[in-house]
Amino acid sequence: MAPKVPPQPTLEQSSTAAEAGHGHAHHAPPKGILRWLLTTNHKEIGTLYLIFSLTMFFIGGIFALVVRLELFQPGLQFVRPEFFNQMTTMHGLIMVFAAVMPAFTGLANWMIPLQIGAPDMALPRLNNFSFWLLPVAFGLLLSTLLMPGGGPNFGWTFYAPLSTTFAPPSTTFFILSLHIAGISSILGAINIIATILNMRAPGMRLMDMPLFVWTWLITAFLLIAVMPVLAGVITMMLMDINFGTSFFNAAGGGDPVLFQHLFWFFGHPEVYIMILPAFGIVSAIIPTFSRKRLFGYASMVYAVAAIAVLSFLVWGHHMFAVGMPLVGQLFFMYATMLIAVPTGVKVFNWVATMFRGSISFEPPMLFALAFVVQFTIGGFSGLMLAIAPADFQYHDTYFVVAHFHYVLVPGAIFAILAGAYYWLPKWTGHYPNERLSQWHFWLSVIGVNLTFFPMHFSGLAGMPRRIPDYALQFADFNLASSLGAFIFGFSQLLFVAVIVLCVRGGKKAPAQAWGEYATDLEWSVPSPAPLHTFETPPTFERPAH
Amino acid sequence: MSPNETRARQAGVRRTVWRSVAALAGMFAFAFALVPLYDAFCRLTGINGKVDTTAQAIVSEEVDESRTVTVQFITRNGAGLPWHMQAETRQVRLHPGQTSEVNFTFRNQSDGESWGRAVPSVSPSNATRHVRKTSCFCFEEQQLQAGERIELPLVFQLARDLPPEVHTVTLVYTLYPVEGKRQPQQAVVQTKQGEEA
Amino acid sequence: MRTLLVWLAGGLTLVGSSQVALANGWNMPVGVSSLSGEIYGLHMTIFWICVVIGVVVFGVMFYSLFKFRHSRGAKAANFHENTTVEVMWTIVPLLILVGMAVPATATLQKIYDPSEAELDVMVTGQQWRWRYEYLGEDVSFNSNLATPRAQINGEEERGEHYLLEVDEPLVLPVNRKVRFLFTSDDVMHAWWVPELAVKQDAIPGFVNENWVEIEEPGIYRGQCAELCGVDHGFMPVVVQAVEEEEFDEWLAERKEAAAEEAMGVDREWERDELMERGEGIYGSICASCHQPEGEGSPPAFPALAGNEQLISDEDWHITTVMNGVSGTAMPSFRDTLNPVELASVLTYTRNAWGNDTGDVVQPADIAERLEE
Repeated sequence: MAPKVPPQPTLEQSSTAAEAGHGHAHHAPPKGILRWLLTTNHKEIGTLYLIFSLTMFFIGGIFALVVRLELFQPGLQFVRPEFFNQMTTMHGLIMVFAAVMPAFTGLANWMIPLQIGAPDMALPRLNNFSFWLLPVAFGLLLSTLLMPGGGPNFGWTFYAPLSTTFAPPSTTFFILSLHIAGISSILGAINIIATILNMRAPGMRLMDMPLFVWTWLITAFLLIAVMPVLAGVITMMLMDINFGTSFFNAAGGGDPVLFQHLFWFFGHPEVYIMILPAFGIVSAIIPTFSRKRLFGYASMVYAVAAIAVLSFLVWGHHMFAVGMPLVGQLFFMYATMLIAVPTGVKVFNWVATMFRGSISFEPPMLFALAFVVQFTIGGFSGLMLAIAPADFQYHDTYFVVAHFHYVLVPGAIFAILAGAYYWLPKWTGHYPNERLSQWHFWLSVIGVNLTFFPMHFSGLAGMPRRIPDYALQFADFNLASSLGAFIFGFSQLLFVAVIVLCVRGGKKAPAQAWGEYATDLEWSVPSPAPLHTFETPPTFERPAH
Repeated sequence: MSPNETRARQAGVRRTVWRSVAALAGMFAFAFALVPLYDAFCRLTGINGKVDTTAQAIVSEEVDESRTVTVQFITRNGAGLPWHMQAETRQVRLHPGQTSEVNFTFRNQSDGESWGRAVPSVSPSNATRHVRKTSCFCFEEQQLQAGERIELPLVFQLARDLPPEVHTVTLVYTLYPVEGKRQPQQAVVQTKQGEEA
Repeated sequence: MRTLLVWLAGGLTLVGSSQVALANGWNMPVGVSSLSGEIYGLHMTIFWICVVIGVVVFGVMFYSLFKFRHSRGAKAANFHENTTVEVMWTIVPLLILVGMAVPATATLQKIYDPSEAELDVMVTGQQWRWRYEYLGEDVSFNSNLATPRAQINGEEERGEHYLLEVDEPLVLPVNRKVRFLFTSDDVMHAWWVPELAVKQDAIPGFVNENWVEIEEPGIYRGQCAELCGVDHGFMPVVVQAVEEEEFDEWLAERKEAAAEEAMGVDREWERDELMERGEGIYGSICASCHQPEGEGSPPAFPALAGNEQLISDEDWHITTVMNGVSGTAMPSFRDTLNPVELASVLTYTRNAWGNDTGDVVQPADIAERLEE
């Protein structure tokens, strides 16, 4: 039998190879499926993450379309409320844990070593393991839909006791799958921190790193801080369900509100885990296509750090209606409003970067610009939600649904798409098809706004979230939202087409695919990036002031 | 890169990993530590109307006759316990500093013994800290034989420093069966069998 | 250029639609309680501040996108930081936020006003209905969704108040401060009426309080706002606000009716009487879980039709309905249904859908069990 484990391009090996001055010290990788199962190359693992995330994006999207189909008209037409609740829950869980987070991890795997001039991630074998945990975790999660009593039906926030005492029998599997996904994220985070702190090209200081690297470093710290808390919460749930403890059960001396405090202590930083790397991507794209350096690099870094620190102090704004003493409400209200300051700084810096630039509108820039506008709209509704007295009216309505979808879909997901368009030439060596990309962009923008903008109105007019059927006055808004959702959903097939075409051919891209204003290190390697890069660390040159 | 630099890198990676693992373990422990911390915090601030479930000493302080506060008693039955619980009076009016005693009746209306516990909650939350109970059935689990009827007292005092804006304090007791101690009618319903008879 | 025009059109549409938002039915209601107008005002203030900031920021952005286009030959400037500007746009937003926090704090303090109320109502959430108890008045009732299932399934035309109608609304007086105590029998629920600007979670085992003073008589509708299981969307709240005298009369009538019902416990009831009454109660209380034809939806909700244990063991059946089952959605009905209602629904479920036990459970038997 052939050797089971292929030679690992570990740090030691690659550096020896680099020292010898040859790139060919690597043995040929195993062929076929085994190559992908065993790969320890950051680019291949990055690709695996991205493909996995795109697949899950479509699965989560189908769940969303089931929800929108049922809500197309008043009445129950297509699914029963039991299944509807499973769809809303699964949509949220899959999109958060299996689409957005792995997409950013995939981009991190691909780009961080390239951007800091490292030959690979610090812990390549661990990297492989953390990826392959994901299909296991989400295969298990999806399989709960077929179990007796159905899958999780208590919302992605899984509030106790609905998710404990009153949960379907499959909940133990749900907990297990979340544990596995959590371990995957944690291992990924450790790897990213170890890479960024130890593997930078000689001469690159922390304050020289591209913002994508910076935002990911801070995100990884957030992950390390809060994923164990999530693990703790679901362990308590597991014990309540199976071992007769009463963490969240009032009957046994526990407290259901404790669940919400613990969950949101994890949950709010989690929200920033899904948006900070997006800031990094946009901060790379806007200067490139404005042909001008990013305005206020240092303040961008400080703003991200400030947002990360504040994210630990604001969880209570998800719980204004739970009943808190006045001082508690005031504290969480003020802390939440404060987040608007660093977030504002970021938006102002982006605008200042464009101001007196020389702007062109290639697909990555279109998505990045749409990100800035739509994320800011989501930010405004976030500010409104922070105002506790008004939040009593907004809480748990479609206004909230509109808010977090504005920051996550035309926010985080548009940034991921922008990043994909930006780096596709580096990944494949070809430019994405211009015409198809334009169609993809405009249909996505129209679809996304048609879906989520009317939700502000239905929420303000009184429609609670997570209901399978609604009163007649909400019918028009829901009709619009459903139409938009189908436009947005189906237009993502264009994205798949763009990727497939781009992999197979298209206009050849040079190393500096987007011109001389994209100065980060990834543009110094050829397009497509060869499997092994920076085996000899590059010399880092600081841009002149 | 020189072998020295490579070694330094690897040592750096190892250090980062161990620190991360320590932070992870710390945060996992912190999540569990939050449970008692939250409890203590709630009792301190009155979040959720949580009250001490241990007896406190009555403080003899001057009765503040300038204020009268209404104290309401509400009893509720959780699912699964064949008991009836009732306060002898719906409400009392008293001055801060004054000690009061109210009797609660518990009746087991089934033909088997069972265990129950009354979970207390107080509203408004800013009054919670100022309710002192010296004796309460809610401190411990109760056992009632078939058809048994017992009367248990609640002895309490409102502290003089009860916030001046509070006019009504509501004490709510929800009766729950004690898990793991077999309830007669449940034994038939559930396939899960309790260990004790 | 085309790109830009589309962007502008998009921007205008957004601004345009926020204008329309001021029309009725697109925005938060001004409401009818002593605080709802103030909350609405706060909402609009913050909204307009956001609009102004948005116009300025997006204005500069779109101006840049138009003016400094590469295709128009724009040459990029070289600046990439400016401490003065950066400090400015940190401090100015901070000041704006302080400006927002002041009225918000004032309103929040008013919401926490603890002055004495004239009426206390205990609101209990239960999968999937609300229960109201007028504390100290011996008046309490369940409030269930009144929209027929046929409308939900599209077999009948939907009425004006589809999904927002109940069998018995919560009746409250105007101009009196009403204090609510919220709790739940099972999972978390949230009681919400937009026009009253009250939304509060109902938490099992704990109480929460809130209050309202309604200023105009009328019927106000809301819904449960916290996911509470299968029928979360079918758990409306309806408040009927009436003049004070009318309320006092209504309360007296309810008390009398309750007393009369209590009198009826002792007499011998006919089977048909109990069956008829039981069918109604089953429909509003039991059918959401055990289904209209008693088929249940296992594993969560067992079937009642053809249920061997139910048919063979009357005593078990009665105690289960009275006491509930711990750790399941089956609540204790001993305090929430009166003996007549309990006897009716027991008689009905023992005889409907082919269960045919022929048993008649008499209200007096139930009363006796409750007295024991």
